[in-house]
Amino acid sequence: MTELRTFAVLVEDVPGVLNRVASLFRRRNFNIVSLNVGRTHERGVSRMTVVVEADARTARLVEANLYKLVNVLAVEDISERATVTRDLALIRVSAGAEERAAILQICEVFRARVVDVAPSSLVVEITGAQDKIEGLAKLLEPFGITEMVQTGAIALTRGADTGATALHRLATEYAAADRAA
Amino acid sequence: MTAEITGARALWEALVAEGVDVVFGYPGGAIMPAYDALPGYPIRHVLCRHEQNAAHMADGYARASGRVGVAIATSGPGATNLVTGIATAMLDSSPIVCITGQVPSTLIGSDAFQETDITGVTLPITKHNYLVTRAEDVAPILREAFYVARSGRPGPVVVDITKDAQLGLCRPDHGAPVRLPGYRPRRRVEAAELDEAARLIDAAERPLVFCGHGVVKAEATALLRELVDKGDLPVACTLLGLGGFPASDPRHLGMMGMHGEAWVNEAVQRADLLVALGMRFDDRVTGNLASYARGAKKIHVELDPAEVGKNVACDVAIVGDVKDALRGLVPRIAWRRREGWRAEIAALREDAEAHDVQRLPDDGRLLAAHVMADLHRLTGGEALVVTDVGQHQMWEAQYYRHEAPRSLITSGGLGTMGFALPAAIGARFARPGDEIWVIAGDGGFQMSAAELSTCMQEGVQVNVAIINNGYLGMVRQWQDLFYEKRYVATPIVSPDFVKLAEAHGLSARRVTRRDEIEGAVGFARMQRRTCVIEFQVAQEDTVYPMVPAGNDLADMIRRPRMKGVS
Repeated sequence: MTELRTFAVLVEDVPGVLNRVASLFRRRNFNIVSLNVGRTHERGVSRMTVVVEADARTARLVEANLYKLVNVLAVEDISERATVTRDLALIRVSAGAEERAAILQICEVFRARVVDVAPSSLVVEITGAQDKIEGLAKLLEPFGITEMVQTGAIALTRGADTGATALHRLATEYAAADRAA
Repeated sequence: MTAEITGARALWEALVAEGVDVVFGYPGGAIMPAYDALPGYPIRHVLCRHEQNAAHMADGYARASGRVGVAIATSGPGATNLVTGIATAMLDSSPIVCITGQVPSTLIGSDAFQETDITGVTLPITKHNYLVTRAEDVAPILREAFYVARSGRPGPVVVDITKDAQLGLCRPDHGAPVRLPGYRPRRRVEAAELDEAARLIDAAERPLVFCGHGVVKAEATALLRELVDKGDLPVACTLLGLGGFPASDPRHLGMMGMHGEAWVNEAVQRADLLVALGMRFDDRVTGNLASYARGAKKIHVELDPAEVGKNVACDVAIVGDVKDALRGLVPRIAWRRREGWRAEIAALREDAEAHDVQRLPDDGRLLAAHVMADLHRLTGGEALVVTDVGQHQMWEAQYYRHEAPRSLITSGGLGTMGFALPAAIGARFARPGDEIWVIAGDGGFQMSAAELSTCMQEGVQVNVAIINNGYLGMVRQWQDLFYEKRYVATPIVSPDFVKLAEAHGLSARRVTRRDEIEGAVGFARMQRRTCVIEFQVAQEDTVYPMVPAGNDLADMIRRPRMKGVS
């Protein structure tokens, strides 16, 4: 059964690594829903959050293929785990003075913020899960959305022994084993 | 402190440190500093006639020896010409390092003369690749490249070195350890999986062992024999697994798959257990996946976790080196005889042999299958055979019975025509004392025939059997069977191969009748230079059996039964 699955991937922060990951997904016909990459607290280590449309078998192959990339340090399929998952969106809505109040009201319900105001438009910032962002966009649609940008999901597992910690430990262990070898 | 040297010298020093004594290549602008620095290093350079063939030579060297082969080319067209050779090595897990020159780092991205983004181009067809822009990185990255190419599941690695990195100065430390924190080439096999696999083997009534390329690469033949002895297990080979288990062993059944032996494919469909060693259930092996070996449980022993469950779901996955797995399995399985299963396979085999072309009374026609059988007999089965791609490749696999690992080199995964001659030239440097036979069709041979010139210039001796049927035979066979005999673009006119060889200063003979084979092969074996034998064989011959693409594995097109043979 195809569903959305989320992978946390730690990679070496070297040139071309995003290209390698993206190329792998294209080459193996894995369907990326979103891919986010950024630095972590560890120097030289970047973290990707990849959301993929996949059944259980494909998810296993995604993980195995990611590990084949030399610059990939650790991979975890966190789909089955409790996570904090966030997406950030900026939405420009065309709105004159008379519509502003209605938009601000909607934003309040969604805990979104207006971060820029111009005479005939404003920019709304919202963080949350994908369905929440879609919900807001749907309500703003009648006013006229002229631009929208999203980061794609980022995720951490919940709890003390977090996936992130385990992942980093994994990466560190391999680094140590590698040094010993 | 060591003296400063150029990146170009660091390159050759790194290759010497890796034990490289031969490289295959072609010079050009962006790699000139490296070539200029070569004299004085104990490395032989073999000048190919096309960079694709340099990659095939490196590949042939690697497959013949188990060591890393090296190809070298310039930027732009030199680098892009390598691509087919790199993809060939990738699909057959062959360890090669391809070194390419690149325009100076300051010009990268400017569409400079002979600039190509070769790391971008080769990303999906390499195990890993590098762009080197600083002299001090040349040696450590080459060291890393060799390590990545040969370890784990081997594969091609491209190292693209800018001209300024070749010219710049550095103090290389060739002893520095490789630091690859995310790279885990080898996994320990798990005892629980071995226990479960052994339990399945002991319980099986109709087991089959599959000998894949991984057996050859892991040098696990002796252990495989121990397993087979103890469990009385019949063995079938993939194309690249041929030689991994001796063909003369009574438990050796032959090749499986699209042109595999009929009894092997039938046995696969009747089996209750498959023990797949170092293979990847390619579509040419399985036929229709939905009906493939439905009655069989599957044990998949495979080094690459991404291959497990890719095409065929397995009951037990042993992820790790085939040798490690066999070492764990042999003591775990019970001593057992399986007479009933052996008799069942023997009956299948008897029926299939009635279809065998070798039983055909000699009507004077020269058949390619006869050439293969006679070559096997006349070389005592001891030659290293390098085949091209097509009908002759399948006949070779069926009729040249391979006794030893690394006695067959062929492009299995990518199916690259033109592979054989250059791969054999590479193999020659790995196995200077062995008899080497190239077997190629008239089509494939012409794709890399220019390398005859390399044989002449470099003094390379190989024997070349051209199986000339005047067609691109395998495509013609498909046209015959599936396109109502519309022979579009398959008739091929060839030069006079004897004259072609002689024009290169090489020896040659032509064979048109079966009774001439022995003399011609004897002639070739006497030569100290490359010898080309053109076999003019029956034009419209068919490789049987054949599982049409997508058919059930046992749903084969068979050779009509021979008259007078029961």
